Amino acid sequence: MNRIDRLFKKLKKERKKAFIVYITAGYPTLRATERLILELEKSGVDLVELGIPFSDPLADGPTIQKASEAAISKGANIKSILRIVRSARKHVKLPLVFMTYYNLVSHYGLKKFVGESMKAGADGIIVPDLPPEEAKELIDISKKENFATIFLAAPTSTTHRLKNISVKSKGFIYYVSLTGVTGARDRLPQDIVGNVRRLKKITKKPVCVGFGISRPGQARRIAHLADGVIVGSAVIKIIEKNIGKKDLYKKVSRFVRGLAKAIHGE
Amino acid sequence: MQKKHNKPRPYGRHLPDRYGYFGEFGGKFVPETLMHALEELEVELNRALRDKKFLSQFDYYLQEYAGRPTPLYFAGRLTEKLGGARIYLKREDLAHTGAHKINNTLGQALLAKKMKKARLIAETGAGQHGVATATVAAMFGFTCDIYMGTEDIKRQALNVYRMKLLGARVIPVDSGSRTLKDATNEAIRDWVTNVRNTHYVLGSVVGPHPYPFMVREFQSVIGKEAKSQILKSEKRLPDFLIACVGGGSNSIGLFHPFFKDKKVKFVGVEAAGRGLHSNKHAATLIEGEIGVLHGSKSYLLQNKNGQVNIAHSISAGLDYPGVGPEHSYYKKIKRARYLAVTDRDALRGFRLLSEYEGIIPALEPAHAIYYVSKLAPKLKKNKIIILCLSGRGDKDIDIVREHIKL
Repeated sequence: MNRIDRLFKKLKKERKKAFIVYITAGYPTLRATERLILELEKSGVDLVELGIPFSDPLADGPTIQKASEAAISKGANIKSILRIVRSARKHVKLPLVFMTYYNLVSHYGLKKFVGESMKAGADGIIVPDLPPEEAKELIDISKKENFATIFLAAPTSTTHRLKNISVKSKGFIYYVSLTGVTGARDRLPQDIVGNVRRLKKITKKPVCVGFGISRPGQARRIAHLADGVIVGSAVIKIIEKNIGKKDLYKKVSRFVRGLAKAIHGE
Repeated sequence: MQKKHNKPRPYGRHLPDRYGYFGEFGGKFVPETLMHALEELEVELNRALRDKKFLSQFDYYLQEYAGRPTPLYFAGRLTEKLGGARIYLKREDLAHTGAHKINNTLGQALLAKKMKKARLIAETGAGQHGVATATVAAMFGFTCDIYMGTEDIKRQALNVYRMKLLGARVIPVDSGSRTLKDATNEAIRDWVTNVRNTHYVLGSVVGPHPYPFMVREFQSVIGKEAKSQILKSEKRLPDFLIACVGGGSNSIGLFHPFFKDKKVKFVGVEAAGRGLHSNKHAATLIEGEIGVLHGSKSYLLQNKNGQVNIAHSISAGLDYPGVGPEHSYYKKIKRARYLAVTDRDALRGFRLLSEYEGIIPALEPAHAIYYVSKLAPKLKKNKIIILCLSGRGDKDIDIVREHIKL
């Protein structure tokens, strides 16, 4: 059992939902990312999704596109990101999961990537442009290392596909709340309730919902429905607004605490 | 339900396999949101390609609307000037809208109609595919949005205006290299968002399965016509087929029907930009490494970290860091040879055809023309070359004017 499974087991016992935050590694700097991971844990985040920035992030909206471009230009790559994971791991207990595009990891070498990630203290990976049918190699390698492969389910996924996604996913299933790219939205689609229920009927694995969620009210509603809530672009926006300011971490922490409260129901 | 498409392919071709692979290349590397749409498209496509009614409809529009068959023209004066092999031009520049792109957009529009999609979107580099998509959208009555990099909007202003005249919206893309690669990213993002009512008309033999297969099938009309035309005029198959390669649709369209004719040599001409060692080129098959971009595994221009490089070419249509998976396969099994021609030499090819044949070519096939001007003189006079003249050059006049002072 790895950190992700332990987390969901513990939360289930406490009748709580997971709060997951995405940040782009290397944005605004690698050093800031390391500190942000520590701050996020302190602010009530249960799991951190660490984006390895790619030049062509076709599942991402403008906020994460911009952050990715900035991070790459400052030298964020797999090697440098593994270094900060290793260093952050000395201070945090929460599970760390990578989110990145397939070309980066396949170019680095799947075996090498999974091995080094485990060693550094990461727990799994989400690859938005890798559907389960293309993931055999990654799944086989990850299984041996007990590294979680987390697949995405979408509103357009058929029952047949959802079953396969459930079988192939380790740790949790990432339900994409809407048809679209990442980025904060004012409204979430109506069909989300029915779709999450449909998925929960198919799988016993935890279902976490992401894409578009930016406000405590939205997060609270999703938390009633699913096993976890994922917030990304909204946090990146707070970082973006406060780059270079002394209270960057304080601002992020305050925003995240608001969401944590809504999700954990305190 | 999606595993029912394992029946033999219409033209008796064995590739791609049922997973969309040409050897190790191809596949479907896209967000889950699109997977069902791709499955639907695949089912619909396979049904259409076996459906006599669909095929005769497609033929009808190719003939009556696009003006096919295009001539296979014997370039007598060019042949004489070069003093070697006999050179034939497959005149895709004479197809409606001025390039081969219309073959594919007609096929996809007919499919989109069958799938009851109301809206078409497309990416475009040189603007030819954008124009061809806007054209069929106007003719069949779809709403239409075209994504185009701001760099390309600048250098292909004429085509931008044409698309607008045809009633399409041209959406400028200002991210990354501001060219075809980024326009494709944006088109995919749009498709992820509007997949339920929108068909994405990809313009080349790239992207996730079934796109490389579908675009090949629709573009194969080029090679099928060329084959029967050359058999009629020369009573034998050609020795060389030569075409430019960006994503690779006009070249695959010409090559594929000759795949089993082992004596016919294929040559794909990529863009060497400012030179292969300048880092400013688009010679993906020559300089790239295997990678995944825009939904398929193929050769890719990328840096040591796996980030995609920015391509460069004087011709917007070749300015792309990826290439179709079937070309990667042809390279791997050595069925085709690939080489590259620089911006400067492409301009020489551009002038050569203008001055010796009275045909102003697009900058994309001008790369291939230059190569032919080097190859033909080395060959015996009884050898035959077919060159795919994929488009006409009107769209490029502004760029060429900057380089060639008359």
